[in-house]
Amino acid sequence: MAKTHVTMKVNGAEVEGLVEPRTLLVHFIRENLLLTGTHIGCETTHCGACTVDIDGMSVKSCTMFAVQAQGSDITTIEGIANADGSLSALQEGFRMMHGLQCGFCTPGMILRAQRLLQENPSPTEAEIRMGISGNFCRCTGYQNIVKAIQYAAAKINGVQFQEAAE
Amino acid sequence: MIPGPFSYHRPASVADAVKLLSTLGDEARPLAGGHSLVPMMKLRLATPEHLVDLHGIAGLKGIRRDGHKIVIGAMTTQHELLASDEIRQSLPILHETALLIADPQVRYRGTIGGNVANGDPGNDMPALMLVLGAFYRLEGPGGGRDIAASDFYQGAYFTALEPGEILTSISIPAGAAGHGYAYEKLKRKVGDYATAAAAVVLTMAGGKVATCAIGLTNLHETPLLATDAAKAVIGTSLDDATLGKAAAAAVAIMAPAADARGPVEYRKHVGGIMVTRALTRAAARAS
Repeated sequence: MAKTHVTMKVNGAEVEGLVEPRTLLVHFIRENLLLTGTHIGCETTHCGACTVDIDGMSVKSCTMFAVQAQGSDITTIEGIANADGSLSALQEGFRMMHGLQCGFCTPGMILRAQRLLQENPSPTEAEIRMGISGNFCRCTGYQNIVKAIQYAAAKINGVQFQEAAE
Repeated sequence: MIPGPFSYHRPASVADAVKLLSTLGDEARPLAGGHSLVPMMKLRLATPEHLVDLHGIAGLKGIRRDGHKIVIGAMTTQHELLASDEIRQSLPILHETALLIADPQVRYRGTIGGNVANGDPGNDMPALMLVLGAFYRLEGPGGGRDIAASDFYQGAYFTALEPGEILTSISIPAGAAGHGYAYEKLKRKVGDYATAAAAVVLTMAGGKVATCAIGLTNLHETPLLATDAAKAVIGTSLDDATLGKAAAAAVAIMAPAADARGPVEYRKHVGGIMVTRALTRAAARAS
């Protein structure tokens, strides 16, 4: 099958590659760009491990073809840290609140949570839970992921994070 | 999981998309949000030789008011529906339902056109389209035509779309002032299709139901309009006996498949409950 030349911006850098039309975006990101932080979980659009940010949208990159991302602006987990290399508020939140155990879902969780906080900087707990309802975690039971996002929201908003009583 | 090989086409106009689809024939499929088709392709349940991606056609997006109608471009995403003040005010049942479709990521990509045109009995929007009296605009090699949503669905994945035709927009009369509405969807988990769901739009006058339409999702191979159930509630104050009659009339036309969501009897039973709940909640919202 003939290959198509694609160009896009990933984590601020212009990238290009030759792909078959059937190449899924997640495969292009992992295998052509060697950015393996974006994980492949279920491959059936359920689990959200492959979530990246594309032109301001959280997208499951296993359910979009690389050719469809021509010209788009993509952020993956490799582009989440602050410019000086320090942890972003969300990364810090996941660390401080123990928001991960095995860590497999974490890149997708953080990418999704980042878009959620950009759209809704002060979400309620219910809004956080609905906001990450397309991301599965099989370790934590979600409690500490929710706290991690609350921690990040508080930090971004410049307020003291108050952990809710159990 | 990797889909079978195909050629990718990205037309910039509806005319070009129609030309491609009619020239390429049966082995070509239009690609909207792709959140039904791409998973099917990965499982090799669909193996189109050509995909005609509709994302390059600017004219297929957007929500606008045309007199008393709301016109929604087929490539408008569920996320865009949720963000629309026009939808929230004029067709609030669309807002309520879009929130129950899949999950946030899927809603950024999934389109209302794909949802209604695919013919999947599990999709939520088609029953609403029946209840709201929507019309679909189809463009094909022979020109354009409008078809009532109630004439569109013929069977599971079978619709009135002719070869080469695509759905370009949906036209829905704005909801009557003070109407009540509810979409009740029983599902096993976030992201699942309905085990059973019911859509109700009604108006009340003097404490009694003046007009009512009831739609059913995933309880037959096509979405259904529960006409007898709706007739049973008109002129009543929705007392328990009436609700029971309406649910029974709705259950009588249900013919769901037995699947992992439950056996036929269970799905019909909960389908009746969805009708009762939707009627009750819609009436409480009407003014």
